[in-house]
Amino acid sequence: MKALFKHRELALAVLLVIGVAAIGGYQPAFLEWDNIGDVLTETSVLFMMALAQMAVILTRGIDLSVAANLALSGMIAALVSQYHPDTPLFLMILAGILSGLALGMINGALIAFLGIPPIVMTLGTLAVFRGMIILIAGGDQVNASEMGVAFQAFPKQVILGLTTPVWIAAGVSILFWIFLNSTRSGRGLYAVGGNPVAARYCGIDQRKQELIAYAISGAVAGLCGYLWVARYGVAYSEIANGYELTVIAACVIGGVSIGGGVGTVAGTLLGALFLGIVMTALPVLQISPFWQMAISGAVILAAVIINARAERRPDKLILPEARRLRRIRA
Amino acid sequence: MNAPVAQEDRYVVLDAPPRRLRDIILRWEVILIILLALTIVVNTIVSPYFLDVFNLADATFNFSEKAIIALAMALLILVREIDLSVAAIVALAAMSIGYAAEAGWGPLALFATGIGIGLCCGIFNGLVVTYFNLPSIVVTIGTMSLFRGLTQVILGDQAKTKYPAAFLELGQSYFIKMKETGIAWLFIPPVPLSFLIFLVLAVLFGLMLHKTAVGRQLFAIGSNPVAARFSGIPVDRRRFLLFAVSGILAGLAAALLTARLGSMRSNIAIGWELDIVTMVILGGVSIAGGVGSILGVVLAVLVLGLVTFGMSLNNIPGQVVSVYIGALLIAVIAIPRIVERVRLWRVR
Repeated sequence: MKALFKHRELALAVLLVIGVAAIGGYQPAFLEWDNIGDVLTETSVLFMMALAQMAVILTRGIDLSVAANLALSGMIAALVSQYHPDTPLFLMILAGILSGLALGMINGALIAFLGIPPIVMTLGTLAVFRGMIILIAGGDQVNASEMGVAFQAFPKQVILGLTTPVWIAAGVSILFWIFLNSTRSGRGLYAVGGNPVAARYCGIDQRKQELIAYAISGAVAGLCGYLWVARYGVAYSEIANGYELTVIAACVIGGVSIGGGVGTVAGTLLGALFLGIVMTALPVLQISPFWQMAISGAVILAAVIINARAERRPDKLILPEARRLRRIRA
Repeated sequence: MNAPVAQEDRYVVLDAPPRRLRDIILRWEVILIILLALTIVVNTIVSPYFLDVFNLADATFNFSEKAIIALAMALLILVREIDLSVAAIVALAAMSIGYAAEAGWGPLALFATGIGIGLCCGIFNGLVVTYFNLPSIVVTIGTMSLFRGLTQVILGDQAKTKYPAAFLELGQSYFIKMKETGIAWLFIPPVPLSFLIFLVLAVLFGLMLHKTAVGRQLFAIGSNPVAARFSGIPVDRRRFLLFAVSGILAGLAAALLTARLGSMRSNIAIGWELDIVTMVILGGVSIAGGVGSILGVVLAVLVLGLVTFGMSLNNIPGQVVSVYIGALLIAVIAIPRIVERVRLWRVR
């Protein structure tokens, strides 16, 4: 049991399997392939957003502007589709990704080169991005009838039994896994967050790493913005309002340490899957959807408490409280 | 990179440099006062309705509840903590007030209900943070979902709309009535209850933070929690206390908000936590801890409140206002850093 809990991802996976099996026992329809596909499709945006957020949190940062970035980039993609319907689909998607990337780079540049605290910077850009949606769209929303047909059809296409967003999420996850484990700048994210001073002595440029992290976060938010808008067939300023906290919650449940330097792709994906299952299982179990928030809140608290216990390492102490005080600064 | 220090200079302790004009001008509060003056001047020129006592008094309704919570948030951020669950506490407390009002409780009992529920939530936050020794940003994201989730579970899609008239009166009318004295510029302005409470609390918090030992302890904790503990400051107890205070003020704000709106749903006060954090940061409280003043927070509250009010007088939609406020937040933090960079670069 103890060994099991040492491997956080394994413990979370076991919990998830037990949970899904229990739901399936009560309502077998939940385990049917169609439903599993639906759950994955619903969660695909959260998978990608959580991975991108993890890249930022690894550097001891936080990106509160992701949901606003998603909404703004989604709106830009939708406007391209509305006013230039002849544009090839991949260019429309690229418009979303590039706008997200640019917005993320603004965050990254100011955080890395001016040393503005990430929470302050992204809180500010959260408000700015949301308001920009109203400004660029003139206060209107873009409806399904105004978007191109191909634009909306793409996220609903089914390839080998799964929808395209699921395949995109899978591809992004593999890229993240390779990036974080096998590339210099990917390892650099862990180094910068784990021990900035040591990272500097190793010749790792902290500013460059931070810029990379926020740029990734922005680009992924842009991609998800397109997927969100195209899938739900509407773009307006309130899209994904408050979603940034769901994304951070997925990371926390997945064992990403808010103090930086700790987190894995597998853990984060499981954290996102957990929230995705909670969201989709409630209607199946005929529980009021109003329970969703309370459950995820309780799970977040349980996850951080368990993670904190697992992380505790014995060390020399002069004053017992001193160790307790060496906590991660929020 | 540093110039080599000559041996004989090593133990020379310099006097504090004399205060220069620039040190006074570059103080955060002074920058905020200039911003506030600019806001008032620009708005007065743009709209003839801005400088009207009644309009201004009504404008305070819109930010006073948030501002009350911002006082507690300022202290939390000062000691390197944060409470993102305040808006959810407002929702839970407002719902309890709704049920209590249906049970026929009076105005005072309703305020006590709100404050009591808020206190319970704050104690819960404080216990989880200090007992399990967890980063408060994560804990309060969790309790934010938990508290608002509980509100949704209990209330569903219902609204609570039955409140005693005396309770609504407290939230919707001026607590201090307008009094003319015969001289045009000398009068007692109308003041809503929520703004009055904010001012009184601001004075109390200011005195506590800047004039008492506990206040100095908070600065010490914010600057270096470990050193503070070794100096005999009960760090965790202070942290716990601040979370409890944050809960109390959120409960109080819930009572004032419910009385003003006369109804509540489970999405009441949604997104307030970020507005409140913006007030505090614009007020010059450092997110890294140990720096800040209540005067700065009060000034920031007034700047934000009057900017929003002035823009709404000119029919600018709320989300466009938020562009300006977000940009203001970033600019105010970024400009001193850019100035510093340029100065260092020129010295080199």
